[in-house]
Amino acid sequence: MASTKRSPAGKSTKAAKPAGGAKGPITLFVGTRKGLWTLKSNAARRTWALAGPTMLGQIVHHTAVDPRDRKTVLMASRTGHLGPTIFRSIDRGRTWKEATKPPAYPKVPEGEKGWVVDHTFWLTPGHASEPGVWWAGTSPQGLFRSADGGDTWTPVSGFNDHPLKDTWTGGLKDLTPDGGKMHSILVDPRDKNHMYIGMSGGGFFESLDYGADWKPLNKGCLAFPPDTEAEYGHDPHHVALHPAMPDRLYQQNHNGIYKMDRPAGRWTRIGTSMPKKVGDIGFPIVLHPRDPETVWVLPMDGTSVWPRTSPDGKPAAFVTRDGGARWKRLDGGLPAKQAWWTVKRQAMAGDAHDPVGLYFGTTSGEVWASRNEGEKWTHIARHLPHIYTVTAASF
Amino acid sequence: MRVNLSSHFRSYTASKPQVEARGTTVGEVMADLDRRFPGLRFRVIDEQDHVRRHVKVFVNLASIEDLATPVTEADELTVLGALSGG
Repeated sequence: MASTKRSPAGKSTKAAKPAGGAKGPITLFVGTRKGLWTLKSNAARRTWALAGPTMLGQIVHHTAVDPRDRKTVLMASRTGHLGPTIFRSIDRGRTWKEATKPPAYPKVPEGEKGWVVDHTFWLTPGHASEPGVWWAGTSPQGLFRSADGGDTWTPVSGFNDHPLKDTWTGGLKDLTPDGGKMHSILVDPRDKNHMYIGMSGGGFFESLDYGADWKPLNKGCLAFPPDTEAEYGHDPHHVALHPAMPDRLYQQNHNGIYKMDRPAGRWTRIGTSMPKKVGDIGFPIVLHPRDPETVWVLPMDGTSVWPRTSPDGKPAAFVTRDGGARWKRLDGGLPAKQAWWTVKRQAMAGDAHDPVGLYFGTTSGEVWASRNEGEKWTHIARHLPHIYTVTAASF
Repeated sequence: MRVNLSSHFRSYTASKPQVEARGTTVGEVMADLDRRFPGLRFRVIDEQDHVRRHVKVFVNLASIEDLATPVTEADELTVLGALSGG
């Protein structure tokens, strides 16, 4: 397993702990149903300037900044009517150009039914040793790779043609109303061959050979129907790997908040210590950039018909600083009532400053920010369209 | 032949609502359009060579789905993004 891996020289390949406390202004890329906006802070993260829109009218599902060159930004997009594409910026979001060959499945022989990418849902930069490599997850669930900074993409046959893919995902029929999604593409910083993916219909999977083969990694998580021993069929909403302790994984699932420490292959539910009236259902999960024990979530109402709004109309983030043993409510500055928000899985982000800045965008078009790890929140933008994604960058 | 494009596509055509393209079938015309305006075809036709769900393609006044539909220089192709949305 990855945690016992050593280099040929016998040195530990544990990831180096990131240097503490970035400084300087933050740029937020706010992707919405109707285009992309940016919010840029001053150095103290106290004032924010809104700019946009870029690509007015285009649905922006995800944006990602390349930490390797700190200039490249990719945007997964489509319009309501037209086919999907990727836009690329190599100047930190100032200008954008469409990918020459966006993710697309191979054409199948006449008479056969082939898969079609409805949209790219998730973007992940590749391993630090592979500049220019990117990974994309699509809806319906598929995995694609680029070797040229996101300009051209090829299908990853190890997943897309895996003999068990339809079994894992349920084929072209999926429980997610707007199509099954591949997300949470994670690359082990110690080993480019070690990857994970999450799927809204299917669960969480691991590859040890650069995507050539995959195995489910879902035991301990509740599935549909509730069963902690199911191999696949789960609905992880967002899974994250800690950069300083890559054997530590956190998952916000449709059925709770979980943690796993590799090489163990079983999830432990850590959301049961959340207040019962709030529960541990939600979409996003954000990890502290340096402390593997600190995690933030933004719960939503998963009772009755699943309204997916702030529990009881009282939005709050919650933080654990001990790996999920205890949770603390963070609602300073947030509306005390009648605020029925939904925050999507890619619409909450953290920066690398000390203290960590946190940011989230709602489907009602508001962006909120905290300079102090969620203790106090400030409204920094509103009247935007339905927000899908918020990405924080330090340039 | 003349090709009319709804506003959805004008970022590809430098805002021109009408362009010229060549071919003897709708598929060939779309391929020619893609050579002149890279990326446009994939926004209209998916990777299985089907017209996308919310796009309509007309040869003169007839809606078509089959890219093998023959066309002549005298015909007019119209590509529209659907009016649905929200």
